[in-house]
Amino acid sequence: MTLEARVLADVSAFELDVELAVGAGELVAVLGPNGAGKTSLLRALAGLLPLRSGRVTLDGVVLEDPAAGIRLPSERRPIGLVFQDYLLFPHLSVRENVAFGLRARGMARVVAMGEAGRWLERVGMPAEGDRKPASLSGGQAQRVALARVLATNPALLLLDEPMAALDASTRVAFRRDLRQHLESFRGVRLLVTHDPLEAMAMADRLVILEHGRMLQSGTPADVTQHPRSRYVADLVGVNLFRGRASHDVITLADGGSLTAAGAADGDVFAVVHPRTVALYRTRPDGTPRNVWEGRAIDLDSEGDRVRVRLAGSPSIVAEVTPAAVRDLGLDRGDRVWIGVKATEINVYPA
Amino acid sequence: MALPTRSRRTPRPSAPLPIVILASAGAAFFIIPLLGLLLRTPWTSAWQQLGSPEVLTALRLSLLASLSATAIALILGVPLAWSFARLTFPGRSVLRALTVLPMVLPPVVGGVALLLAFGRRGLLGGWLATTLGVHLPFTTAGAIMAETFVAMPFLVITVEAGLRSMDTRFEDAARTLGASRWTVLWRVTLPLVRPSLIAGAVLCWARALGEFGATITFAGNFPGRTQTMPLAVYLALESNPDAAIVLSLVLLAVSLAVLIGLRDRWLGAS
Repeated sequence: MTLEARVLADVSAFELDVELAVGAGELVAVLGPNGAGKTSLLRALAGLLPLRSGRVTLDGVVLEDPAAGIRLPSERRPIGLVFQDYLLFPHLSVRENVAFGLRARGMARVVAMGEAGRWLERVGMPAEGDRKPASLSGGQAQRVALARVLATNPALLLLDEPMAALDASTRVAFRRDLRQHLESFRGVRLLVTHDPLEAMAMADRLVILEHGRMLQSGTPADVTQHPRSRYVADLVGVNLFRGRASHDVITLADGGSLTAAGAADGDVFAVVHPRTVALYRTRPDGTPRNVWEGRAIDLDSEGDRVRVRLAGSPSIVAEVTPAAVRDLGLDRGDRVWIGVKATEINVYPA
Repeated sequence: MALPTRSRRTPRPSAPLPIVILASAGAAFFIIPLLGLLLRTPWTSAWQQLGSPEVLTALRLSLLASLSATAIALILGVPLAWSFARLTFPGRSVLRALTVLPMVLPPVVGGVALLLAFGRRGLLGGWLATTLGVHLPFTTAGAIMAETFVAMPFLVITVEAGLRSMDTRFEDAARTLGASRWTVLWRVTLPLVRPSLIAGAVLCWARALGEFGATITFAGNFPGRTQTMPLAVYLALESNPDAAIVLSLVLLAVSLAVLIGLRDRWLGAS
């Protein structure tokens, strides 16, 4: 089972343009800030948002291909979509909600209700079948929503921020159960989230989406070690630079340059961890190959560390101890010398 | 739509005297006619009046016509409301304006228009009479038609508003679960807008029950055939004022019941 999708669609604020392949047994998390187009991507795959162009195939079956005039309506796609806010039908009982998809497929009411009851047991809610969704807690409601979708045995399972509406304590328990259900699910799984922890805890592969574009794709480790966007760099908490490398010198796109060891020539990303950025009151004459002057524009205390945002060429964030800040007498607006060792810069092709 | 709790109200502002006087006059303007009706009601003979054949006939016809009109409005008006709320097509706003026009149109004009369309020499009336043998003007069917014409817009706009304010992602959820559009409509959309359906139907029925102008113009005033309660009231005022008053009282009671039944909708928003 595989999903192959090239999605071009018009969303109100931007254009969605994503190419995506998800294999069987792979759990892919689409991660991105709010408004990146994550939900729109799921809606497009589900057939709720028409493609302008592109192509969606599931197991070789074309679900949508505007150029060929193919567009399978949502109700005929073998998909399941779990919504952030559950969207349980308020006028139906919990059991009727779970039976809804089966009934829609023509299953007799008695049979569908029996099957729904078994699914409710599987998600740990055997006693709640006769209740109305309004009386459920968030975690219970999302379990019912999950059962409702899994009961239809979809080939493609789409989860749209399934834990975003849950409170912290419920989330932990629900995540554990969700992972269990996802592991026993045999189809293609795609999870959308804006929570990096959730994405890394659950997914085999991350897809980073921003402004409707895919910025990066890879294993959680790969993505965090080699950020390719400001969004990911901020998530991981590192300085990300982009520039052109030539003979170990990277000319940065936003001004300034960095000297790094063993940088391949061409367009590159350079990552500098804030911990490795050293600050000096006067110009240092030691080993750092990269030394420049900047101005502290913000000091942010984070426990036993202080993050210092520095404006300069280039601008950078340093992470130092409160003692170091005291020793330097550093305050907002002060000028300070910045040093980064060439060996502390992680360079990879853009 | 929660009612504001009295305890949370800020201290009452004191009103300027002219406001108090004018507001009182305004309130009296509504209260005095109702008082007049209640005080002049022949309570002792009310039951007797209510049982008289002419009153009963008008009552029966009114119920038949107004309920039929409501049924027709539901069958035709709900799809219309759905189309206005969910579809975009050229001329939609013009069409929508035309269908709610009877709400502001003088009913007698509606009656004239119906005559010109379905009357013996009307646009469709001649054809209906010669090919189908259907005569609408001055028949009970005509009375129902006149009531539907005037009352259906109330149902359409109420249901449309309900459909617009509903979270359409419930429909999305239903479709991703494999429900056809028809199933989605029956099992999800209509149940979710049930309060609007009920309110719209009740409003429509109340309006149909009180319809006068279009009915008398298009259907005439034939006891037992087209003489509904409002028409009977108007006529009885000359010949049998007591019957007119009792009939009016019945209509008043119905209106009051509707108002109380829909109080959350109308009186809830302060």
